[in-house]
Amino acid sequence: MGVISLSAFDLSLTATLLILLAATSFRLGLGLEKRILVSGMRMTLQLLLIGLILKFLFANASFALVFFLSLFMLLVAGYEVWARQKRKLRGTAGYLISTVSMLVSSFTLAFLALNVIVGVAPWYTPQYAIPLLGMLLGNSMNSVALASDKLTSEMYNMRGVVEQRLLLGQNWQEASSDIRRDCMRTGMIPIINSMAAAGVVSLPGMMTGQILGGTSPVDAVKYQILIMFLIAAGTGFGVITAIFLICRRLFDERQRLVLDCLETPEVNKRF
Amino acid sequence: MKRMDGLSLVNISFLGNGPYNLTVQSGECVGMTGKSGVGKSQLLRAVTDLIVHGGECFLNGRSCNDIPPPEWRTMVAMVPAESFWWFDTVAPHFAVKRLGQDFVDLLELCGFSEDVLRWQISRLSTGERQRLALVRTLITKPKVLLLDEPTASLDKNMERKVEQLLTDIFSMQHTACIWVSHDMEQLARVAGKVVRVEQHGVTEEGT
Repeated sequence: MGVISLSAFDLSLTATLLILLAATSFRLGLGLEKRILVSGMRMTLQLLLIGLILKFLFANASFALVFFLSLFMLLVAGYEVWARQKRKLRGTAGYLISTVSMLVSSFTLAFLALNVIVGVAPWYTPQYAIPLLGMLLGNSMNSVALASDKLTSEMYNMRGVVEQRLLLGQNWQEASSDIRRDCMRTGMIPIINSMAAAGVVSLPGMMTGQILGGTSPVDAVKYQILIMFLIAAGTGFGVITAIFLICRRLFDERQRLVLDCLETPEVNKRF
Repeated sequence: MKRMDGLSLVNISFLGNGPYNLTVQSGECVGMTGKSGVGKSQLLRAVTDLIVHGGECFLNGRSCNDIPPPEWRTMVAMVPAESFWWFDTVAPHFAVKRLGQDFVDLLELCGFSEDVLRWQISRLSTGERQRLALVRTLITKPKVLLLDEPTASLDKNMERKVEQLLTDIFSMQHTACIWVSHDMEQLARVAGKVVRVEQHGVTEEGT
């Protein structure tokens, strides 16, 4: 059975559900209506644009094009991770750490999967490389952002405890160990839950997409397992990298907690 | 720098305060007073190297900059006015592997039995926390003690007990001490000399 093509009318019908949600948010005073609508519009535009770009890319596969698109995706993912933190690291350090964490979590694993596991030739074949990288970036971005945000907030809120531990002769790793561990758990639990629920509670998006596109369910499942393993590993390593690098940055060479390197949230800038 | 037993602060400055110069011999207790907000607690934090500061601290002639921070903070230990606790019960907060006699004695001198180690942190009063914070630091046998209003939450009876305990420790273990307080009578009881902290230095109040 071929894929049933969706019309613009079909899509606008589902868009009304989002408008309904925004209206409910307004009615309940949640203050999320603007964000719901902007995110919805942004997502639609971005996906339409990437659809056109991928169409062009598949027709003109070249290493340079795949490289530049991947680099663009990485830089945006790094920015999104950085921008979602309430108390960001000041200057370029925060953005660089976010980008490096995304590089570790997505690029290295995508490269490994394309070369060693899938074995597609050439390894940068855009039909494989871009969706794989996109899924890895998208999933690990949420987890790295969640863990990084929790780390900077917790270090700020628990500064008394951290300094007390330093005063008792602990080094920066010991003084921040419990907070770092909690943040790593926070970052990794969503993907662990997803793995546990996959196939029982939820049918993952990629697998569903492949099945809708006509791929046999067994092949779709195999790809889904591969992706889940990659996402879990990528998320884990990305979270660990981000937490370590941010935490190191929060202590100076004399192992003092330096919270001046964190930006003040907008809500505290009234005076 | 001439070798000297005890703690020396040389031109310590931070956040527009200072320079502060002060010497505390081993076994000596220097009382420190001054207006609220003048920077007494920050000065203690600078001495433990917890905040960025100018100048240098020396312990027995060795510069703070030549000693790894965890080691420095174990030797030059500070008990802040507000103590922090992060485990559910009291015991894991102590850096001792087993319950030695000196630990039990110290607990008793501060008004506790061994049972306190099993207590939940949430049931401790402010005064109990303050006394346990003292035990937590004293058990590590520091060479210098920086006490920021250590008896502020204690009743008169316990205040005197803690004063006696600490003055005994200064003389027995030759611990140098800076004792911050607004209570001049207390400083007269525990300190050999008293200095007043101003924004740009310390002045001697008396002995």
